[in-house]
Amino acid sequence: MSNQVQEMHDHHDVAPGDEDEVRVGPRLLGYAAGLGLAILLTAMSFFIAGTDLVWQPSIPVAIVVLAIAQMGVHLVFFLHLTTGADNTNNILALGFGLLIVFLVIGGSLWIMANLNHNMMPMDQLMQMQR
Amino acid sequence: MTDTTLAFTHGGPHQLADIGIVHDGPAPKRIVTGYGFWIFLLSDIVMFSCFFASYAVLVGQTAGGPHGSQLFDLRSVAVETGCLLLSSFTCGLASIAADVRNERGFQVAMAVTCILGLAFLALEGREFAGLVAQGAGPTRSAFLSSFFALVGCHGMHVSAGILWLLTMMAQVFAKGFRADILRRLLCFALFWHALDIIWVAVFSVVYLLGSAV
Repeated sequence: MSNQVQEMHDHHDVAPGDEDEVRVGPRLLGYAAGLGLAILLTAMSFFIAGTDLVWQPSIPVAIVVLAIAQMGVHLVFFLHLTTGADNTNNILALGFGLLIVFLVIGGSLWIMANLNHNMMPMDQLMQMQR
Repeated sequence: MTDTTLAFTHGGPHQLADIGIVHDGPAPKRIVTGYGFWIFLLSDIVMFSCFFASYAVLVGQTAGGPHGSQLFDLRSVAVETGCLLLSSFTCGLASIAADVRNERGFQVAMAVTCILGLAFLALEGREFAGLVAQGAGPTRSAFLSSFFALVGCHGMHVSAGILWLLTMMAQVFAKGFRADILRRLLCFALFWHALDIIWVAVFSVVYLLGSAV
């Protein structure tokens, strides 16, 4: 009986932002590690944006990659999302949210670029209206 | 938690446990609240993605006005970013203090979070005022309209977050660490950390890409 109850406690879900640790030390270390990594990644993107040491066309790609990495750091160290079984619901919701975000941003850029490509140059359009 | 578990093991789920399916009964309120707020945050992020999409589409439409690279002061943006990152850390410290029921530590960490958030807002307000003063207000071009909409929307979220933060400080002061107050604190911490994630996207896409290209 008590064995079964113990087993059930192992299957509980955690809320987003929740941590299993109750002790202060490891949690403090987690936030400090997150802050350190976030500052490192931020400093790298600010450095790369202003430098001429790297091949210039690679700079936007590097900034986007660093931003995605930093969002991952925030999700793991500050919002405590993990790949554990108790976090499945939170990860699934996040996955769906990201799908919508990519559809909205990617779709808008795609459609507008296509429209721009197919549209007559503005000065010709203005002449036709006269 | 233990009560419901014991109650359930006497009923139907007891048989289910034999074939490997274990039912805990309804999830604790803290889990439900946190998950519901997480869904709200994701919908908020979807709303921000619409602002990002409009900014990305309109970024080249300057109508003969100034481009981002002529307007943005990256040093001020770096200080704003530092303020938000540190405030996220102190917000984490406040959650730890609340979990170990250390009221003084909690109030100090929340006060520092509040001051850092206000510093962020002051820097952003100064930047906006400077832009409007040099004739680059939201009415100047489609690019600036979408810029003010996107960055201003994040700033309004931070303002709302600071109001919520002060409310939480007052509630903990007046009512102590009750279970419902702790649930609100969990939601506030999620909100504050999520604002930080959105700011990462803002400073990368708007400011860094805007001045690099």
